[in-house]
Amino acid sequence: MTEANIAKKNSGTLVKDEPIQYVNELTTLNLGPTHPATHGIFQNVLTMDGEKIIAGEQTVGYIHRAFEKIAERRPFYQITTLTDRMNYCSSPINNMGWHMTVEKLLGVEVPKRAQYIRVIMMELARIADHIVCNGILGVDTGAFTGFLYIYEYREKIYEIYEEMCGARLTTNMGRVGGMERDLSKEAIRKINDFLTTFPPILKEFERLFNRNRIFMDRTIGVGGISAERAMSYGFTGPNLRAAGVDYDVRVMNPYSSYEDFKFDIPVGQHGDTYDRFMVRNEEIWQSLSIIEQALKNLPEGPHFADAPEYYLPPKQEVYRSMEALIYHFKIVMGEIDAPVGEVYHAVEGGNGELGFYLISDGGRTPYRLHFRRPCFIYYQAYPEMCVGSTISDAIVTMSSLNVIAGELDA
Amino acid sequence: MLNNQSVAEEIVKKFGDDVYDFEEPFGLLTLTTTREQIIPMLEYLKNHSEFKIGFLTDITGVHFPDTTPATEYCVVYHLHSFIHNFRVRIKVFLAEADLHIPTASEVYASANWMERETFDFFGIIFDGHPNLVRILNMEEMDYHPMRREYPLEDATREDKIDALFGR
Repeated sequence: MTEANIAKKNSGTLVKDEPIQYVNELTTLNLGPTHPATHGIFQNVLTMDGEKIIAGEQTVGYIHRAFEKIAERRPFYQITTLTDRMNYCSSPINNMGWHMTVEKLLGVEVPKRAQYIRVIMMELARIADHIVCNGILGVDTGAFTGFLYIYEYREKIYEIYEEMCGARLTTNMGRVGGMERDLSKEAIRKINDFLTTFPPILKEFERLFNRNRIFMDRTIGVGGISAERAMSYGFTGPNLRAAGVDYDVRVMNPYSSYEDFKFDIPVGQHGDTYDRFMVRNEEIWQSLSIIEQALKNLPEGPHFADAPEYYLPPKQEVYRSMEALIYHFKIVMGEIDAPVGEVYHAVEGGNGELGFYLISDGGRTPYRLHFRRPCFIYYQAYPEMCVGSTISDAIVTMSSLNVIAGELDA
Repeated sequence: MLNNQSVAEEIVKKFGDDVYDFEEPFGLLTLTTTREQIIPMLEYLKNHSEFKIGFLTDITGVHFPDTTPATEYCVVYHLHSFIHNFRVRIKVFLAEADLHIPTASEVYASANWMERETFDFFGIIFDGHPNLVRILNMEEMDYHPMRREYPLEDATREDKIDALFGR
């Protein structure tokens, strides 16, 4: 750039037929693929004018594991383990969403008690997801303390999972037709313990961030997106609600008796990083209230549907009864055919509408299974959200978007 | 509140013979259209004064190798109206010899990556797409892996016979 051009720029006069001139030479900067602040393996190729981002492009697909292809060769139960590994911060939601899709196809009625237990588990998963996202957002703005406070409670949630199914990260507590086990006394004790000990910590976490001058300076007006653009980009979940659209699958298309519970949909106004943080925080409170209601009104009855051909029988039954042994064998070997059909079922995942589009041709495996992964769809808005800002803003924008690599690539 | 019947009637009134195969699997209105009409239809549903079906939930592809050659590939659009809480599924069938369909990325920004994914996995070419390159697989790949002719397991391996695994 010549000196004359700089003078023109500084004097504020624009020469129309000249291409845009930049003060500095443009730099190409790779943010990622592996960098502590990118929270996963995705590369952002940013074009920088000095400290300002003027363009960006992402490369994804670093951990693509071909889940949709694998699913074409697996019986319905075995696909559960694929869904675990998509949004690994809230795997129970993915599992239950998948089971509900299959139940819709098979026409299995799930008893109320199982539905309530599912709600409890899904809301715990949502809390864990939001804890990770908000805690790490704090770390990315330089506040490690909040993360230390709150991360312990994600551990407590994992202990509840452990009580329910023995696994912590790759949970498999759900079954087609209900839950594997009923809520044990110990599990109820742990959930109640969580409900009493977590709120004070969450309050403290809020005190640390919500009116913190540094945090507000770093997040307000950063990475904003309008409601209209967010809709066009296919945002769902907290990211869309932060932009001011009160769309929540739990309210609009209730599944698993969400219609029985009273809760609010928190919405933001500007769609910026601060709003996303606040919406997630408020959602944790709502989830806590849902769990409380579900525990209080937990119906009596069985925790699985009367559908022996689909519900994996309890192991004790398998040892004692011939029918259970036969069904156990048939289910485990994937001998059971599903009816012909085409299902779309959506659940509110940690990041938004997680949809399962399943085409069954009457075989024991899906003919085609497509996951509508919220991360994958909204991550393409990321360059638009950070153009004009600096690298430090781009970092907090990314962590507040809650992009999970497993869900992005599938 | 919208219902399937009224929306289907309106669409038939506007598009006539270009929409057919109306279905309601599990209550979701499903219809088929031609590739010439898909973009006008998406725009029509989005800008309709009453429907306001303005959210693109998903675009994906399906491969049906066992049907007639003219309907071997299918592009599936899921749309959603937040105002009426109404979902609709639109299908477009394509022949393998002519895998072209106009892009929806002018109507919905989210269509960009969804179409790239569909191209990546099925080789369906979205005409007018700003950046139609592979997104999840590597660039050097010369086939489209979600097509049914590519089996999941390596066909040359003899220790992985399907019969041994109950398949």
